[in-house]
Amino acid sequence: MEKNKINPKIEILVIGGSAGSFEVLLQILPKIKFDIDFVVLVVLHRKHNSNTSIADLFGNKTSIPVYECEDKDSLVPGNIYFAPADYHLLIEKDRTVSLDYSEKENYSRPAIDITFKSASDVFKEKTLAVLLSGANRDGANGLKYISQNYGTTIVQDPNEAEISTMPNEALKIFEPNYILGFKEIIKLINSL
Amino acid sequence: MIAIDIVGDEDLELLLEEVASVYGYDFTDYSKASIKRRINRICLIDKHKSFTELRYKILNDQSYLSRFIEEVTVNVTEMFRDPTFYKTLKEKIIPQLGVNSFIKVWIAGCSTGEEVYSISILLHEAKLAHKAIIYATDINPTVLETAKKGIYPISQMKLYTENYQNSNGTEDFSTYYSANYDHVKFKEYLRKNVIFSTHNLVSDRSFNEFQLVICRNVLIYFDKILQDKVFNLFDGSLESLGYLALGSKETIRFSDLNLTYKQINKEKIWKKTR
Ligand SMILES: C[S@@+](CC[C@H](N)C(=O)[O-])C[C@H]1O[C@@H](n2cnc3c(N)ncnc32)[C@H](O)[C@@H]1O
Repeated sequence: MEKNKINPKIEILVIGGSAGSFEVLLQILPKIKFDIDFVVLVVLHRKHNSNTSIADLFGNKTSIPVYECEDKDSLVPGNIYFAPADYHLLIEKDRTVSLDYSEKENYSRPAIDITFKSASDVFKEKTLAVLLSGANRDGANGLKYISQNYGTTIVQDPNEAEISTMPNEALKIFEPNYILGFKEIIKLINSL
Repeated sequence: MIAIDIVGDEDLELLLEEVASVYGYDFTDYSKASIKRRINRICLIDKHKSFTELRYKILNDQSYLSRFIEEVTVNVTEMFRDPTFYKTLKEKIIPQLGVNSFIKVWIAGCSTGEEVYSISILLHEAKLAHKAIIYATDINPTVLETAKKGIYPISQMKLYTENYQNSNGTEDFSTYYSANYDHVKFKEYLRKNVIFSTHNLVSDRSFNEFQLVICRNVLIYFDKILQDKVFNLFDGSLESLGYLALGSKETIRFSDLNLTYKQINKEKIWKKTR
């Protein structure tokens, strides 16, 4: 389901996920080819106080360097970054990260909406965003915002998503460029 | 809550300059992406339809200023947030402080005080409270009023008790407060050695020397240059061999202090080595 071609040159791939996304990310991230020339930034809802570091968990499975963001870290192309648990993540014009410990949004912190909007404000049409499985409606508005700003948007096929609420909420409010299963998502990312 | 921004980059700069010159609150070196989001959020919540409307309100209605500050300076907080941090304080740092004949602690950006009562509890449990004083400061006088009262919703106590226990707290947490319908009030003795006062990290100076400075989740709202300025303020406010504690995702890595401070464990606590 292809609406139009991917925009000039992607500089950031932002991925938002919630319940049921962890396994999908374990499929997707290790298969991204290691010499990518864009930033990968993942906002994944998870338990605060979980002791295992998300960067270690994924770092062992890919040759791409994986980091959990700290405040004012620079987002460098070729790396994978995770938003830390319990902080919202915003991106500054100079492509450093500002963390924010404010109210939850969509019952979530980090909120996918906040990072999607922020990525779009900085990277504009050079943004590629993927919204994965989840049980709430976080990310839908952010994804729509990216689309309105001429970024490229992908929603995980609700038939494939473990929990289809989040993909469906997005599909209710706008039409993304692609609706894809995780295998096609990998293919598309590696074709960039 | 996502909408096209009402306040753009240039509007933002103009507004922050004006607020600084008219009211003396200088937010011009705050992290742009965060503060822009906060200000656009105010527009949505308070239904300002344009930047002009918001600007007029702020500059002509002094009573609106406190609302503005309240929203711009995020004041979300928790007791014993990040239990492993408090565990390290309790086991590694507080016993060290005990060797001093008089203990001075500065909690900067203490918001509504949850952090202050947490530290006060640790000092009491270490039997050091009698010779300790805590300066608890914030830019926002409204949150300090709440902090002084020590009254919080009872609905939070489940989380705070869990946090306390996870930090290796061994007392019955409910002995620290008395419950009243839907609220609890923390015991008087926990605030006896606390001085609450306004202090603006951007414009106010060092006012004492401490063995421990705690400033958590405040610097994330500052850009790198302002962070650096504040690190120097902290450096000037710490005795030699004193400790600086930051929020769990904050770091001195980008600052000069990195050369003269040594990190304790993997926690966000650094010891001044000179
Ligand atoms: C997110 S809260 C952090 C509260 C607490 N330290 C914690 O970590 O839970 C940030 C606090 O910093 C305060 N703050 C913001 N700018 C400040 C400044 N320039 N000087 C002093 N405090 C400031 C705010 O008023 C707010 O209470």
